[in-house]
Amino acid sequence: MLIPTSETDAAYIIRNAAGQGKRLAICGGNTRSGLGQMVEAAEVFSARGLSGIVDYDPAEMVMTAKAGTPVAEIEAALARNRQMLAFEPMDHRGIMGTSGEPTIGGAFAANVSGPRRFVAGAARDSLLGIRFVNGRGEAVKAGGRVMKNVTGLDLVKLLAGSFGTLGFLTEVTFRVLPVPPAADTLVVSGLDDETAAKAMATAMSLPVEVSGAAHLPFTVRHRFIGGRLPEGEATVLRIEGLAASVEARAQKLAAVMEAFGPVTRLGSADSATLWRDIRDVAPYADGTSRPLWRVSVAPSAGHQLVAALRLEAGIDAFYDWQGGLVWMRMEADAEAELVRRYIRALGGGHATLVRAPDRIRAATSAFEPQPDAVAALSARIRKTFDPAGIFSPGRMSGRGGAV
Amino acid sequence: MAEAIQFLVPRDNVLARRLSIISDLADLLPPECLVHEARGLAPFETDAFIAYRRVPLAVALPRTTVQVAAVLKYCHRYDIPVVPRGAGTSLSGGAIPQEDAVVLCLSKMTRIIEIDYANRTATVQAGVTNLSISNAVGTDGFFYAPDPSSQLACTIGGNIGMNSGGAHCLKYGVTTNNLLGVKLVLIDGTVVELGGKHLDAAGYDLLGLVCGSEGQLGVVTEATVRLIAKPEGARPVLFGFDTCDEAGACVADIIAAGIIPVAIEFMDKPAIEICEAFAKAGYPLDVAALLIVEVEGSEAEMDAMLASIVEIAGRHGVRKVRECQSATEAALIWKGRKLAFGATGRIADYICMDGTVPLGKLSYVLGRTAQIVEGFGLRVANVFHAGDGNMHPLILFNANDPVEAAKAEAAGNEILKLCVEAGGCLTGEHGVGIEKRDLMRYQYSDIDLAQQMDVRGAFDEKWLLNPSKVFPLDGRIRAAC
Repeated sequence: MLIPTSETDAAYIIRNAAGQGKRLAICGGNTRSGLGQMVEAAEVFSARGLSGIVDYDPAEMVMTAKAGTPVAEIEAALARNRQMLAFEPMDHRGIMGTSGEPTIGGAFAANVSGPRRFVAGAARDSLLGIRFVNGRGEAVKAGGRVMKNVTGLDLVKLLAGSFGTLGFLTEVTFRVLPVPPAADTLVVSGLDDETAAKAMATAMSLPVEVSGAAHLPFTVRHRFIGGRLPEGEATVLRIEGLAASVEARAQKLAAVMEAFGPVTRLGSADSATLWRDIRDVAPYADGTSRPLWRVSVAPSAGHQLVAALRLEAGIDAFYDWQGGLVWMRMEADAEAELVRRYIRALGGGHATLVRAPDRIRAATSAFEPQPDAVAALSARIRKTFDPAGIFSPGRMSGRGGAV
Repeated sequence: MAEAIQFLVPRDNVLARRLSIISDLADLLPPECLVHEARGLAPFETDAFIAYRRVPLAVALPRTTVQVAAVLKYCHRYDIPVVPRGAGTSLSGGAIPQEDAVVLCLSKMTRIIEIDYANRTATVQAGVTNLSISNAVGTDGFFYAPDPSSQLACTIGGNIGMNSGGAHCLKYGVTTNNLLGVKLVLIDGTVVELGGKHLDAAGYDLLGLVCGSEGQLGVVTEATVRLIAKPEGARPVLFGFDTCDEAGACVADIIAAGIIPVAIEFMDKPAIEICEAFAKAGYPLDVAALLIVEVEGSEAEMDAMLASIVEIAGRHGVRKVRECQSATEAALIWKGRKLAFGATGRIADYICMDGTVPLGKLSYVLGRTAQIVEGFGLRVANVFHAGDGNMHPLILFNANDPVEAAKAEAAGNEILKLCVEAGGCLTGEHGVGIEKRDLMRYQYSDIDLAQQMDVRGAFDEKWLLNPSKVFPLDGRIRAAC
């Protein structure tokens, strides 16, 4: 494994690698490398040697850190100032069975987000500026330190979620938010998937600023907060803010949700644990590598997708983002063709194979195949960053992909 | 006097074929969708960056994506530059054409295609105005958050091109944070769909790249945007401070206290005087700095938040506090701020700058801005989005005096360089257009720019789309010029 300790170091290595056509498998803490196609590379190239918070101004709500800084270190520094990453990045180690330290660069490179994403934005929405080394070995900067920035093309958004295939992130500047002083979660019990979708949509139409909306069906309910959720399916809604505000809004929301089913409140401690478990997909952190899909569709389509698939395959699923994010664990086969066909039929979206045994990964397109024109465009864009094709080649491609 | 900002030299071979090009376009579009007579072209010669104007070759006003694709495919085939246009409200010259270009104006594509409350999305054609989206969903309790001051006129397509912001983006983000999908026509006429009602990109975030690309990557004909439940209420409070420093420190403390108001607007004394003369909103004329802080929520929540904010302001020597007691009063408080540019235009010609600086540098930059403008013998009034450091210095001058006009432009450039030096950027909302194009090297190295230009080239290899904008004319690559 190659672990550069400076950007200059990294640039030098990359320039040489490009010259020799030597492929590099890019990673941070290597905790999410099982996501995507398998990469054939001569060396693993890690950013973990580029570590440390460079600048943090709580009053500005901005932090700059080297890309290899552990997320844990970032979150600790933020917590000391009662601040947080609004997008609450998932920790993949549980479901992937990996060890190591997830890095902040990795969180942005994989656009890793959590339950709050659907109202507070994804990792990419908090990312303000980056430094990276492109596939020519050139150090490039994009964006800056300020949220309002429309100077030139937004390469920050493009690099976020590119899984290291466009550039080797060396430094990231991102927006942080105050930690809400109080939080609670309402649990609406006993709703089937379809009714839950309606309930969540109703909750989101109220001016109570719900910041988490998930539905935990019968098969997964007991896997959260030590099984202490009320009996039956659990549709869970998070409210955060000043204490008095949380109380008032929770009451308002409960009054409306009672029309759907019995409503209970978790209290702040269980609330925090619950949403962390949802964030980290706890039910499927099962020590296996059974295929796990992360599906993103319109909120109203999530339950329809699961219902259709259940008729044809063995699947277990739960929902986040008001029903628009579906985590689906398959019994044996990934059933990629089926999943993708139904997504198309239900109005579009995408499914990413987050985990699978190697033989399935080798035979399946992990990322949603794109229409030809988009695939061609993506391939041309990639070439402008990495003409020699050395950065995790094939990571985001597969049958149908072109990058 | 020669213009400071150059355009690309119009292509002779295109100019020579003007009549046949117009005839060919007439085959692709219904008669009311093509403008080519001198009088008809005049409104399209410029946008809100009125110091510069160019007569385009023709103006296409398609009604459908199919027509857009046909025009682009034709122009691509015959190497004719294309300048996309929404409502032409750009303050940076983003929509100013050139003599060999066809303006592709989407103002006839005004249909709201679908509103989906269960999924909280609105899908609209690109020529729909920003405010009309919120208007369409308001009575059902929803709104579309990004609210540029020109929202009555500006189009969602233009908002996407410029990644527009507005006063309320402190809490809700800018266009790119509220955009879920687009239908995009590439320069060769290919139609692609990026995003949709679902979240996150399937592969590369092309949607994020297209937003803010100033018409250089393709033409958006439809957009799907995020709808948010309207808060129960919104209430502004007005603060008057004796110094800009105290006002700035107050902003920092409000945020440090964990309160994210929905908007924080700042005005200095010259701006207060100008706005008050026009809007008669009751702004105090004896303070050095004014803050308008707006909070949202239920009555009880707003009361609680405002109490905290007033207490914080008190710690910074606030001299005037005006809480509003009614919706009318709230509207009046905002009226003065929202009409700031119009009010300024009554008393002088002006150019409005648009740099962003880190919050902590606000005081310093304001001080230096005053020095810079006074150094050129001109006056400046400052309004800005204090919550996110996006400044709008309004440099006042007499447009009939070419010497003053040149000085104003020069002062503006110095201010933008100052913003970059202070750790900010050249433009927070208005885009680069032509206005800041020649300052790009101040913010980016040649390598940074080359990477951006390479990406641009991946979409439009011949550099036909809005070619005189964003990137400095010299040092371009490949077929750029």
